[in-house]
Amino acid sequence: MAKKLMKGSEAIGEAAIQAGCKLFFGYPITPQNEIPEYMSHRLPQIGGTFVQAESEVAASNMIYGAAGSGERVFTSSSSPGISLMQEGISYIAGSELPVVLVNIMRAGPGLGGILPSQADYFQATKGGGHGDYRLLVLAPWSVQEAADLIQDAFDLADFYRNPVMILGDGLIGQMMEPVEFHPDRKPCKELKPKEWAATGCKGDRPTNIINSLFLDPAALERHNHKLQAKYEAMARDEIRCAEYGTEEPYDVLIVAYGTVARVCVTALEDLKEAGIRAAMVRPITLFPFPYAQVRAASEKAKAVLVVELSCGQMVEDVRLAVEGTRPVHFYGRQGGMLVTPEEVVDEIRRLLTVPQLEADHA
Amino acid sequence: MLETVFCRTPALADVTTHYCPGCTHGVIHRLVAEVVDELGLRERTIGIAPVGCSVLAYNYFTTDFQEASHGRAPAVATGVKRARPDLIVFSYQGDGDLASIGMGEIVHCANRGEKITVIFVNNAIYGMTGGQMAPTTMPGQIATTCPLGRDVELAGYPIRVAELLSTLRTPAFIARASVHTPLYTVKAKEMIRRAFRHQADNRCFSLVEVLSTCPTNWGLPPAEATSWLEENMLPYYPLGIFKEPGGEDRAPSPLGEKR
Ligand SMILES: Cc1ncc(C[n+]2csc(CCOP(=O)(O)OP(=O)(O)O)c2C)c(N)n1
Ligand code: SF4
Repeated sequence: MAKKLMKGSEAIGEAAIQAGCKLFFGYPITPQNEIPEYMSHRLPQIGGTFVQAESEVAASNMIYGAAGSGERVFTSSSSPGISLMQEGISYIAGSELPVVLVNIMRAGPGLGGILPSQADYFQATKGGGHGDYRLLVLAPWSVQEAADLIQDAFDLADFYRNPVMILGDGLIGQMMEPVEFHPDRKPCKELKPKEWAATGCKGDRPTNIINSLFLDPAALERHNHKLQAKYEAMARDEIRCAEYGTEEPYDVLIVAYGTVARVCVTALEDLKEAGIRAAMVRPITLFPFPYAQVRAASEKAKAVLVVELSCGQMVEDVRLAVEGTRPVHFYGRQGGMLVTPEEVVDEIRRLLTVPQLEADHA
Repeated sequence: MLETVFCRTPALADVTTHYCPGCTHGVIHRLVAEVVDELGLRERTIGIAPVGCSVLAYNYFTTDFQEASHGRAPAVATGVKRARPDLIVFSYQGDGDLASIGMGEIVHCANRGEKITVIFVNNAIYGMTGGQMAPTTMPGQIATTCPLGRDVELAGYPIRVAELLSTLRTPAFIARASVHTPLYTVKAKEMIRRAFRHQADNRCFSLVEVLSTCPTNWGLPPAEATSWLEENMLPYYPLGIFKEPGGEDRAPSPLGEKR
């Protein structure tokens, strides 16, 4: 199929349709309105269903219901709406249902602003709702990657029977880039029929019950262990990250994800011209986090710089990865302000003048 | 040869429920199960269980079930029905669940005309959490969070859900019934049958509000609980059909003009 110039939001919607999703439930919120708008006009064309829910609380419970019937379903929202969806998300994770969620993050806390941000990293990767559960979190850095990851997200959700979140920022949703879809694409996992779905107990099939209530504490503990085993399998099999310039020697390792990583790629080029040696690891899965890859890449550097559109949330995972073996620094902007390549270059120059580093660098 | 003249209806599981003695949740379960069987819907019915005393309803029916979070059963039912329009979907909800935390979900589900059936059990109290005030608690009725009785100056009057929802233009069928005597129970079953019939005939939203007893949290022996319901709830919550397909829309009378 030929490349098509598309807005990120529309590419996300189209990718979901290409993945066989015929159901969307959501509530309007800037900066992702183009996703529900796209779905509302495309889904009826393919015999699908679009429902504008009365709230994000309702939307999250509608996708819970739809997923229980075994159909592919997705929703999208932005930060304040995702907060309201935490109830449904926790139930979906607890009941082991596959859904795909898109969070086009805007700046917070509270009503915050409508401009791009990455300040929902903690919420996405560490839980968000109540109970011990994890989302599989994928962070695209381009429109093409967003489209590809959405399709993988449906397969991963079905395979693990777990919610998968695409964590993007306002830039991913709004920018226009060429995208290519592959109609003959094969699922990225081997998928089994959904025999657990509540679809009516025909004949003498025992009833299927979609549920996260376990009144017996021992049974609930076993259920938790089962969930944890699933998250461990994800950490073993699903880690994705990309490396830039790590084959050459370098002094500083940048860790950044999403659109910020693109800014950092420009910074890497500028640094190279200035004779400063730097490289980057870009996590694509934020949960599971590429601890081993970040650790290995950090060992070749003298210091690590995490760049984010937040007050430094991924920093904690990077520190866990390097386990105190390298200093981990942070540079970020907040409130919808963006990081520029110049700022990253300046920050790295500044780091290299820190006495210890300078001595090593000489 | 002996002839079986009465047996448990297949849609009702052959298990002991956890309901208190004299609680009419069990009666309402049986009515729903009988209707589902009589209409031949069991194998394509999905129940949505609420959070409340009937949270374990999925153990008491022999249909597929999905457990909802507190108040969200109408949203979950929406998801199931939109995903699989060929299925019969019903939610079973208490008054705290439907009329307090889930008021938004029920109003919008009814107003979108989702093709589902709601069995709304009004026992004028929060049963499961130990007898707190519900939006349907009667004026003066004692509950653990209104120990001096519901004060309408502070908590307002009980919400009449059937009346409230019947102001909406969309829903197909809205009725109120009671199960405190066998005769009323027979009538309640007919209301529930009509509600499911409408869904089976592909008509939109149907709801039956069923007045129910909670002897435990009302602090009354079962027999007295049924008379308490008759004396206190029936006058405030009139029984009957509030809305049927093609029924009239409610219009206000213009200012100054007599109706
Ligand atoms: C979000 C949330 N808030 C509160 C509760 C606690 N809770 C469980 S049942 C219930 C009230 C149930 O009352 P009702 O719906 O009237 O049903 P009944 O038990 O009387 O049948 C409450 C408040 C909960 N489970 N979830
Ligand atoms: S607490 Fe009330 S509503 Fe709950 S089972 Fe007992 S009698 Fe029934």
